[in-house]
Amino acid sequence: MPVTKTPDGLSEEITPGHPLIHLLQIKTRIFLADFRGFIRKLKHHPSALIGALLIILFLVVAFFAPAVAPHDPFVGELSERLIAPSWLEGGVSQYILGTDQQGRDLLSRIIYGARISLWVGFISVTISVLIGTLLGAAAGYFRGKLDLFLSRTADLLLAFPFLIFAVAVMSFLGPGLINLILALTFKGWVEFFRLVRGEMLSEKTKEYVEAAKANGQSNLRIILSEVLPNIIHTIIVLGTLRMGFFIIMEASLSFLGLGIQPPDPAWGSMVNEGRQFMLNAWWLSTFPGAAILVLVLSINLFGEGLRDILDPRLKIE
Amino acid sequence: MKSIKILERLLAAIPIMIGVAILVFLFVRLTPGDPVDLMMGSAGSVSQQEIQALQEEFDLDKPLHVQLYIFLKDVVRGDLGDSFTQREPVTDIIGRALPATIELAFGAAFFAVLFAIPIGVYSAVKQNSITDRLSMAFSFLGISMPAFWFGIILIIVFGVKLGWLPISGRLDYGFNFPSVTGLYLIDTVLARDWPALKNAVLHLILPSIALGMQLLAVLARVTRSSMLEVLRQDYVTLARAKGLREFIVIVKHALRNALIPTITVLGIQIGVLLGGNMIIETVFAWPGLGRLAVDSIFSRDFPLIQGVVMIYAFTYVIANLVVDVLYTYINPKITL
Repeated sequence: MPVTKTPDGLSEEITPGHPLIHLLQIKTRIFLADFRGFIRKLKHHPSALIGALLIILFLVVAFFAPAVAPHDPFVGELSERLIAPSWLEGGVSQYILGTDQQGRDLLSRIIYGARISLWVGFISVTISVLIGTLLGAAAGYFRGKLDLFLSRTADLLLAFPFLIFAVAVMSFLGPGLINLILALTFKGWVEFFRLVRGEMLSEKTKEYVEAAKANGQSNLRIILSEVLPNIIHTIIVLGTLRMGFFIIMEASLSFLGLGIQPPDPAWGSMVNEGRQFMLNAWWLSTFPGAAILVLVLSINLFGEGLRDILDPRLKIE
Repeated sequence: MKSIKILERLLAAIPIMIGVAILVFLFVRLTPGDPVDLMMGSAGSVSQQEIQALQEEFDLDKPLHVQLYIFLKDVVRGDLGDSFTQREPVTDIIGRALPATIELAFGAAFFAVLFAIPIGVYSAVKQNSITDRLSMAFSFLGISMPAFWFGIILIIVFGVKLGWLPISGRLDYGFNFPSVTGLYLIDTVLARDWPALKNAVLHLILPSIALGMQLLAVLARVTRSSMLEVLRQDYVTLARAKGLREFIVIVKHALRNALIPTITVLGIQIGVLLGGNMIIETVFAWPGLGRLAVDSIFSRDFPLIQGVVMIYAFTYVIANLVVDVLYTYINPKITL
């Protein structure tokens, strides 16, 4: 492959036939081949496949919530409050999972709640991955004072149990969706930082990095196009597994009354609201919690499957 | 050589703890809203003198770095200030809540270890059997389950529907025994008050299960996978070849080594117990540190929040340190 010397890796004009375009084409082809191989392996990994299908189901339901939900999740008839699920005594077929204390349809609220959980989980993991990867790559590659500073900060944040830290941050920021994402990412990036930094330290000594340096590639280009593609699998696996964790954290904060506030239908706050009716309307807490369990379970199943497929080194028997 | 390494680790924990204190201090000070306003809260109209008096009382009239210095000095002396709402030293309030939390954490750890190790060992020995698959599926469920929901399900099933176990608090009314340690299981034994002991144990069961479930799941998985690894080692084959009974081989030869990762994970997971207790204590109305934290947040009692968060972080750091040190003794191959 022809090599062009670029002091900063960005100053060249890129025209068709340029080595970078060529490289991109090759990489796309490799990616597609990888992806097809991945799907093939996924088919032979039953638990990961089940996880993936359930996640897709959750995504579809969340995305098309207005079409899927049988009722308005925010409006209820007080005369129809606390109706039991349809298969129980007192239940009506109109409200499959029953109604809550304000007469709102529980199933519709759970369907809308999927949006919040998926959204918070996805956004907070994505931000954590981006920050953690960026800082981890920089710290591991450049070392020095930057590494020292970032590593000490990470150590400091690791001194707090996750939920305690998130609760403290939420108590100062106040409730709400954005603050919730902030509270989760404040500490969430640390794990990715440590992972990427560690990988970077070991990759940096390998021959291909030396070769890239000798070729005169810029540091930025070595990090982005040489090293990161080699460690991206591990990052994706950790990211998937953390997403389940973040969803539980969001639900826990909402449960404590610090996250998403009623009347917004977050699963955690629904479990909390239902707690007051535990004696005569057990379904109010049970079903939203079961939804959290199934979603997190699917994500974890898929995540562990991903690990087996993408990163066989870490496979647990 | 080893003691020098341990000392190094101890010294390394000090800057972390100072950092924790500074971070907590900054959090509270950078929060929008004047602490005096918050303190006055619903007090209605307040005179300028009263505000000034409060500012002086809590050193809020001094520059930030002086406040930080005073704060750190107080923390080192073990003084975490006075609670806004309860008007008594934060350390006293925390001191009263701590035994309940410790008792619950031990209850949860006990429950988790009691079941996790046999499950993990059995699954490894019978790898790929139905029992193995079922118990691993079960542990997967445990890891994915939100603790607060599991707690509520336990309450609904065992408290409300079956009526077998108490669902809130540490003890029913009407028991009276001297508080020595604050740990009811010990205090009742010291006082030889057996009905109270039984009552305290019954109260402890559901919260311990709810808090310990996730730990059980993690420990069972770790025990299983390290057991699988150990069972393949030469010395296990040798023990079998010597004609030792399979039970002896598994328990005496294999398990002892397989437990090292389990113990490590147990230590690391103390954080999960600490974080989780906030949730479980809220669900079961357990009067510990976790509920104190939640209550202090809703009353915006900043000195108390500050104190509780710091105690959590310190405990966490110390727990990790103890695990690190213990680990070197269990496994001489590891250097700190």
